[in-house]
Amino acid sequence: MNVIRFQPLHRAQQALCHYRVLMAALLLFIGLLSVIILSLCWGAVSLSWEELGLAALRQGSLTNQTILWDLRLPRVIAALIVGAALGVSGALLQGMLRNGLADPFLLGISAGAGLVSAALLTLGVFQAWVPVAAWGGAIATTLIVYFLGRTGAGLSVERLILGGVAVSSLLAAIQSALLLAADDGRIQAALTWLTGSLNGRGWSEVAIAGPYIGVALIGGCLLARTVNLLNLGDELAVGLGVSLVQSRYLIGGVATLLAAGAVSMCGLIGFVGLVVPHGVRLLVGTDYRWVLPLSALGGALVLSFADLLARSGAVEFPVGIVTALMGSPLFIWLLYRRSPMSEG
Amino acid sequence: MPLELHHLTGGYTKPIVQDINLSLQQGEWLSLVGANGSGKSTLLKLVSRILTPQQGAVVLDGKAIHQFSSQAIARKLSLLPQQQKIPVGVTVRQLVSLGRSPYQPWWQWELTHQDWEKVNAVLVQTGMEAFGDRPVEALSGGERQRAFLALALAQDPKVLLLDEPTTYLDINYQLQLLELLKTLNQQGMAIVTVLHDVNLAARYSDRLSMLRQGKIWAIGAVSDVLTPENLSQVFGVDVVILETPVGLQVCPLSPSEPTPLPMQHPL
Repeated sequence: MNVIRFQPLHRAQQALCHYRVLMAALLLFIGLLSVIILSLCWGAVSLSWEELGLAALRQGSLTNQTILWDLRLPRVIAALIVGAALGVSGALLQGMLRNGLADPFLLGISAGAGLVSAALLTLGVFQAWVPVAAWGGAIATTLIVYFLGRTGAGLSVERLILGGVAVSSLLAAIQSALLLAADDGRIQAALTWLTGSLNGRGWSEVAIAGPYIGVALIGGCLLARTVNLLNLGDELAVGLGVSLVQSRYLIGGVATLLAAGAVSMCGLIGFVGLVVPHGVRLLVGTDYRWVLPLSALGGALVLSFADLLARSGAVEFPVGIVTALMGSPLFIWLLYRRSPMSEG
Repeated sequence: MPLELHHLTGGYTKPIVQDINLSLQQGEWLSLVGANGSGKSTLLKLVSRILTPQQGAVVLDGKAIHQFSSQAIARKLSLLPQQQKIPVGVTVRQLVSLGRSPYQPWWQWELTHQDWEKVNAVLVQTGMEAFGDRPVEALSGGERQRAFLALALAQDPKVLLLDEPTTYLDINYQLQLLELLKTLNQQGMAIVTVLHDVNLAARYSDRLSMLRQGKIWAIGAVSDVLTPENLSQVFGVDVVILETPVGLQVCPLSPSEPTPLPMQHPL
């Protein structure tokens, strides 16, 4: 009888929780939709509602059609894909490493991708291959970091973090040396890439990286229950039937594939992967079944908004600068909001 | 026999426990006692697969443990570790619902109706039904321990392993928790506890296993094992054994003379 007595209570509580998640999802979705529409309208040539509608139906001025279909739409979609990838990647790593400071680039991805592409851009060779090479550099560095993270029995979280930091600073030093030795024009190109930019991203980038990132996003969200268990600590997670080594390789692998895919599309965009999961957890709590999909939405929203800001000034900034400018104060605010709760 | 250990040897790099042979009867409560560093927690970690054995085997329900999948083991064996990470922003009911994970296939997103019934039942069983919607971080030490016990019970295990379950609790909560375990034990659940407090172990267990320097020094019914000689060898104290209303209890008198065996090196 007791069981039945408590049923309505738990239903009510569950409904409340679902309501909160639903509201958060709705909020993010509406925000995302507004940013997408604004992004399609705003720019060097502003489109009115009417012009936008006509161009969307492939009618009206040819210039407007080109602006919408070949310039703005692929760029917005690229921002959505990359933002979602960075958001989920950051959420996966923060959950797996139980560390709020983890971001997609912690395991050496930025350093590996940065070094390889800085090398190609400053030496002026194989420049068309920069995206692929950056992807390869990211994956290779992460493999080294995972190799360093191995212990006799399995995979140590502390070693992974320390290995990532050590390898990153080594590669960053080599990258700086390459940049110092290069001539000015090439430094410009390399720096733009290293800060991360969506300028000129078109359908080809979307078509190549989009499906791959899409599959990885679904894979990442399916790992949510494992991340929830890992958050209880290693011993309880094992007791609840999680294989630590297998799950760490799987989660780290998906997070790496996502971040490397994002990097190959638009260079190193910082702070999205760090800040977005924090914001999402504030909205819906720490249940990763909701945190992961909503981090995808949140990441897409933040990056497309940042890109809108980046190109609304007189001179276009790399979007990575905007995310850092927006992200740092936001992150500080989030930390200060959070601290009384975690201390109390 | 739900759980057997055959020549179990293991530790971190050097083996800490060596050649342990044990078998746990259905519905039995066995306590592992011993001095600091005697290997009792390590033994529990080997059984719960947090550490990998260097030699020997753990046999669960007649089959070697490595023949099961991790999830299948978690349906038979659950563990309450000594120190838990307190998840932030998780309610007691959400925490306990994670105990149903071993029963969920990887694609299943939500708990089934039966799962929720089990979650509610263990909340009632542990007296936590009124705390279901409280965040875990807002609970007191005793309530938190019961919440984590409910999590372990939600796995519906045959064998429950507990590593120092009473360490951070005051006397009232210690007895409450152990009485709760006694009830579960009487309902047929086999229990293995690592206990610091010999008196609590003697009071609640069916059998005691005394560990000394990684080996079983003595094992048997409380009345057989709880002798001044064993306690002097295992804990290095001179004691008198008293007959009390709650059974045999130990009254330590003084540290005994150094034992002839060399002091063990802590890891």
